[in-house]
Amino acid sequence: MPVREENATKVWQRRTPRGRLALWAGWALALAVLVACARQISEGTLWVFVADAHRQAADLLARMVPPDPGYMGVLWRPLWDTVNIATLGTLLAVAAAVPLAFLAAKNTTPHPAVRQTALLMIVSSRSINTLIWAILFVILFGPGVVAGIAAITLRSIGFIAKLLYEAVEEIAVDPVEAIRATGGSPGQVLTYGIFPQVFPSFVGVSVFRWDINIRESTIVGLVGAGGIGLQLDASVNALRWSQVSTILVIVFLMVVFSEWISARVRKAVL
Amino acid sequence: MSGNDKVLQIRALRKSYPGGVEVLHGLDIDLRAGEFLTVIGPSGAGKSTLLRCINGLVPASAGSCRLRGAEILGLRGAEMRAARRRIGMIFQAHALVDRLTVMENVLSGRLGYTGFWSSWARRFPPGDVAGAFRLLERVGLEGYEDRRADRLSGGQRQRVGIARALLQSPELLLVDEPTASLDPKTARQIMRLLRELAAENNLAVIANLHDVGLARMFSDRIIGLNAGTIVFEGAPGELTDSELSTIYGEEDWSTEEVADVSA
Ligand SMILES: Nc1ncnc2c1ncn2[C@@H]1O[C@H](COP(=O)(O)OP(=O)(O)OP(=O)(O)O)[C@@H](O)[C@H]1O
Ligand SMILES: [Mg+2]
Repeated sequence: MPVREENATKVWQRRTPRGRLALWAGWALALAVLVACARQISEGTLWVFVADAHRQAADLLARMVPPDPGYMGVLWRPLWDTVNIATLGTLLAVAAAVPLAFLAAKNTTPHPAVRQTALLMIVSSRSINTLIWAILFVILFGPGVVAGIAAITLRSIGFIAKLLYEAVEEIAVDPVEAIRATGGSPGQVLTYGIFPQVFPSFVGVSVFRWDINIRESTIVGLVGAGGIGLQLDASVNALRWSQVSTILVIVFLMVVFSEWISARVRKAVL
Repeated sequence: MSGNDKVLQIRALRKSYPGGVEVLHGLDIDLRAGEFLTVIGPSGAGKSTLLRCINGLVPASAGSCRLRGAEILGLRGAEMRAARRRIGMIFQAHALVDRLTVMENVLSGRLGYTGFWSSWARRFPPGDVAGAFRLLERVGLEGYEDRRADRLSGGQRQRVGIARALLQSPELLLVDEPTASLDPKTARQIMRLLRELAAENNLAVIANLHDVGLARMFSDRIIGLNAGTIVFEGAPGELTDSELSTIYGEEDWSTEEVADVSA
């Protein structure tokens, strides 16, 4: 009750006295945790190495510059693989995530038990990092592009399905009821009443995830799951720093390009 | 008048929402073809619930509702959809699908008659498309067919909603606050259009209205609903101030300007 009577006038404050106390206690606790963490990190660090960091960085940079343009010729193939891993992985994930999202959304799920199962699948997919999925699939399928695609797909299903089912739950109900009232079948209610409303989020989320996947597919190669990461791993292990910098520049350009595409597409569907 | 003239016969209609109290306490309503019935009553009286029970958007709890003699309460699946095609419903102006075009919105009135894949591919029978063009012209939206619904004004949207409902070739029209959020002039135009179209097609209409003036102007008969019970039923002329107080509660109903306080 933030309103009090004081000399017959009503005084309003944002928080109750207890609320204020709780807020201060919360800040104090957060500060204490921060200090404790800082101490623990400091104890676990060999500061001589850290003190040395700027010299190491300068050293590394000197070896990386200039990049080796001659190395580019070898990179086109793995670069193409990388784009394919991201794109195919995203497409497969979208195909699986769309039905999953409608099963998970409160207003479209056929049954609460189905909804819980769908939510569980979404959480499982999201809780495992792409790199870990990649390690699993390299064991299953052997090293190569297939393992990369599978890893990207499995991680993206949860991401896309989650954002999509949230969009489905936020749609306006009146248009949907209007379609039901015409005598449309459940499938028609879905395609006429619901799809058009979630279409922009659907495209936006898919393209956004593709953009993320371009970046993620550059590292799945580090564990053998194909793409340019394989090359990066090889060059780092061989201490070929000018090759490493060439790869980094190319990855940078590719990511900029994919962000540009994804921004364009999202703007186009609004 | 023949017996066939009776489009809708509602008997002892009751509705309780899950876990809630009863909101409709046994309503009896009869409706003839070509009759324009208006339901007025305070917010929460159950006007929308009544309409939604009739076309099964919400299931009624008890009672009977006959459309041309055939029971339609408690129908399920395909039978329910077959009944719904015969009942057009007009909602408030925002019940169009925003990202679809005017034509797609109007044609969605034929969904009950169209297979899934044809509707998915937007391949409606030529007769339906011709009907849609005719109705668009009739409601004054000729040339708007490719406009996206979210680029229309409130009054234009409501015209699209009317065309959508009429393309169903319904026998009964349920209209829920068609003029909410429209300016007074547009509201009258919409009501006049509804009234004309109902007459042209010999439709039975039940319309929920908040505007008593519009109800008086455009109805053949008025029902006053209060807390789920019919407390008034009669011709517009019989709706006196004392009847209004029965429906809405005590209030000064005079429409003269409030007397100048300084005088
Ligand atoms: N989906 C629902 N679940 C539970 N209760 C509901 C639901 N819809 C409506 N009600 C309740 O039923 C009663 C009647 O609601 P209804 O919408 O039919 O009133 P109304 O006369 O149309 O009101 P208004 O003029 O504001 O549109 C209200 O008390 C409302 O709270
Ligand atoms: Mg209502």
